[in-house]
Amino acid sequence: MDILTLFVVVPVLIVLAMVLFTKDLKQARMVTLIGMLVQLGMSINLIVRYMDARAAGNHAIMLFEKNVPWFSEFNAHYHIGVDGVSVLMILLTTLIVIAGTFVSWKIDYLPKEFFISLIVLATGVYGFFISLDLFTMFVFYEIAVIPMYLLIGIWGSGPREYAAMKLTLMLMGASALLLVALLGIYFTSSAGGQAPTFDLLELAQRKMDFEWQKIFYPLAFIGFGTIGALFPFHTWSPDGHASAPTAVSMLHAGVLMKLGGYGIFRFAMYLMPEGALFWQDFFLILAVTGVTYGALSAIQQTDLKYINAYSSVSHLGLVLFALLMINKTAWNGAMLQSLSHGFITALFFALIGMIYGRTHVRDITKMQGMMRIVPFLSVAYVVAALANLGLPGFSGFVAEMNIFVGGFMNNDLYKQVLTAFAVTSIVVTAVYMLRLTGRMIFGPTTKIYTNLPKAFWYEKTAIAILVLFITLIGTLPFWWLQFIEESVNNFIQPLIK
Amino acid sequence: MNLDSLMLMRDELVLTVIILLLLVAEILLSSKNKKYIIQLGLVLFGIYTFLAFLPNKTGELFGGSYNTYPLVHYFKAILAFGVFMILLQSVTWIKEKLLPYDFTAEFFILIFSSLIGLNFMMSAGDFLMFYLGLELSTMPIIALTAFEFWNHRSVEAGVKYVMLASISSAILLFGVSLVYATAGSINFDVIKGALHLPLLEIIGLIMIFIGIGFKISLVPFHFWAADVYEGAPTVISNYLSVISKGGAVYVLMTLLFITFTAFQKEWNWIMYGTAILTMVVGNLFALRQQNMKRFLAFSSIAQAGFILLAMLSNNELGVKAIIYFLLIYIFSNVAAFGVVHVISLKTGKENIDDYNGLYLSNPKLSLVLMIALFSLAGIPPVAGFFAKFFLYAAAASKGYYVLIFIAVLNVTISLYYYLLPVRAAFLRRSEHPIPYFRSDNYSRLAFIIAMAGLLALGLYSGVFEFISNISNIF
Repeated sequence: MDILTLFVVVPVLIVLAMVLFTKDLKQARMVTLIGMLVQLGMSINLIVRYMDARAAGNHAIMLFEKNVPWFSEFNAHYHIGVDGVSVLMILLTTLIVIAGTFVSWKIDYLPKEFFISLIVLATGVYGFFISLDLFTMFVFYEIAVIPMYLLIGIWGSGPREYAAMKLTLMLMGASALLLVALLGIYFTSSAGGQAPTFDLLELAQRKMDFEWQKIFYPLAFIGFGTIGALFPFHTWSPDGHASAPTAVSMLHAGVLMKLGGYGIFRFAMYLMPEGALFWQDFFLILAVTGVTYGALSAIQQTDLKYINAYSSVSHLGLVLFALLMINKTAWNGAMLQSLSHGFITALFFALIGMIYGRTHVRDITKMQGMMRIVPFLSVAYVVAALANLGLPGFSGFVAEMNIFVGGFMNNDLYKQVLTAFAVTSIVVTAVYMLRLTGRMIFGPTTKIYTNLPKAFWYEKTAIAILVLFITLIGTLPFWWLQFIEESVNNFIQPLIK
Repeated sequence: MNLDSLMLMRDELVLTVIILLLLVAEILLSSKNKKYIIQLGLVLFGIYTFLAFLPNKTGELFGGSYNTYPLVHYFKAILAFGVFMILLQSVTWIKEKLLPYDFTAEFFILIFSSLIGLNFMMSAGDFLMFYLGLELSTMPIIALTAFEFWNHRSVEAGVKYVMLASISSAILLFGVSLVYATAGSINFDVIKGALHLPLLEIIGLIMIFIGIGFKISLVPFHFWAADVYEGAPTVISNYLSVISKGGAVYVLMTLLFITFTAFQKEWNWIMYGTAILTMVVGNLFALRQQNMKRFLAFSSIAQAGFILLAMLSNNELGVKAIIYFLLIYIFSNVAAFGVVHVISLKTGKENIDDYNGLYLSNPKLSLVLMIALFSLAGIPPVAGFFAKFFLYAAAASKGYYVLIFIAVLNVTISLYYYLLPVRAAFLRRSEHPIPYFRSDNYSRLAFIIAMAGLLALGLYSGVFEFISNISNIF
């Protein structure tokens, strides 16, 4: 079996092992952890082999391709392959799932089912990142979304039923739009007399009619954009995050929401470049609104999870914003931001979950001086906050720097003004992040919380993994950019002539 | 006529023989041994189902009244397989409710007669055979709907069904006579050549469409569905919603695609409107249902609307999509109705709220329910997703993107109500959940078959390819 298919098969095997052999929490988490460590080994192996192949002068757009006919009637294939961006996304997914497993170390209600749903979700995500066929991609996309309903609905808190339903319906509604776009792309691809196809690389060779692009591009963009928290379709995300259990918030904000930006980068813009240019200005306004509106909303919130959820809307808005700027620097920034935001938000949600697990309060006005009570968690929280507001040395800075430089590289005044608006979000982020840390971490200690337990080893492990990668991206940005750059170079080609 | 040509209608003959054997058994067996009729019926029907999957020749009988070709032959086999699963699920019900009244053989005989009717209807080469088959398939089901005669709702459902079935038959017959008046024949092939589009023919076609529309429960001819499904014994609701609907869809498809293909422009608009109406109304009514059987009734109305999407295509892709969808639909609906059936039989509970906390007490049953509902909602990797995707693709092949857009919005709405039972079973907890019980082995076998089908038929493309290969009916 080829190296990529294993990424989908191994999780399925883990699930099977869990269904057949595990009985309680201890076994379930061990099986998950071992399985995910295997996945980690495979991810590292993939990166090494990928670098070897590139160093050996293999400059194909996609590596490790495999193409098996699935429904020959529709010319739908199981076609997979990776380039630099997908390799990094796979690594991100693996690390977040491992961190999520550590965070869920003590989950008590239906642990086996919890880990199974988590892994099914991860399977969908892996599949999505390796797909080169629109049909395969769509199947995996939906596989990734639906476990979310159970994860939030069963293990969530607060208005979990409402949040789970809202999230599922909005994401599935978006995927319905995407489906129309896919069928449109498929059937219009036969215009030249060839058989219609779902194959990404082949579709890119066939030029889609501009009139059709104008119709199907916005459907695809909104379809992907919704899961990437595109304003005004982001409303599922704060509610969903607030109600989700910790590991699910991590995986959700860290990985699942990245499918949006990735999908636009990989499929929507690549296949419909003229449509993308046609709709560019319109979607830019939405993206900038999302960036500033998300940041401003975060100021207003007092619930830790809501603050972070709106912060995610803002920071993922930057990904869409950068993609819409359509130049290499901005796109590099967009991909780096996807990665960086994945680690930072995951860290945030992990910490929020740990603090909430101790205080049973998420309201920042109700707790103070956590630094003295749980120093490890507090320090980690400060690190996350600084990374989030873009302090040099952490990943956020590198990514946002690229995005804004890319934005200003446009000679067009309209885009420069919008970029200026987007830049203000950094200031606003600094405001809410510093205010939050000032209030919650420092200051006099709230009396009732003085006897809280310190961080446990599994919590420390999860945090260490995430912090490590945040600093790795921040200090060694060019190592990561080498993967992103060649991929961006290939995929921006149809858009810049 | 010789033995060879008689073998063309092997399916119907075997079923007739089975019915006769059951009649004889009913007479010969002493009342103490009546319970063996259940096993006998199951085994005989199992043999029939197996035989139905063996290949048969293409040909026609009785001067073109009856014809058979691979697609119709295998579609009969699919229906037989569906009926077999339904029979497996009904064993306990028969034992508990029918055996004391000594109605076992009647049950089998009636349901097999109905299946013969469907087979004749699908194989019909003219309106006479078509109408005979239609009535033969409907009459026994009316009796079966009212079979729980001690239960007034069942009797009420029977009366409702007989009224509406006869009205729809009357309309259909009127339509047939109009077509006969203008085309001068009742033979499909002759009609096909003789169509020259006078208004009378179009009116005739519309009336025929209404007659079949009743059977498929298209909006606005759906009013009987919810009441009858709710009142009828669950196995019969199951039969009505998948088998008899499947047969009627098949006939509608062949009539539109082959016989009346010259009218495509006219019937396309009718289909377009009916599809939207059926999806929207079915969905909106399903949203508020509390009773699981009514819920599944409206869901099956909405599903019929989706089938019409592919009816618009009038090409081979449409045939493939419809047949494949019906196959998957049989598996999903049989599983969903099956869960409702075993729970209702064990506890008498049929409301969605009664399912609260079901996963904690009956995890396997809840999983079956969830997978079946996911399949109906069209969520991968369950087969229902692929089936729906192909329906859209069939409509998209003729450029009906707006209609697909409406359809996918409807799918999103439908996801809401398909998640309601899932929410009850998985998300909620209850003070008085349905206690743990072990369903009987026959039902378990039916569930296992259905689950295997739902999980394998989508990911494994072989079955679809097979249907693809035999779908050339033009």
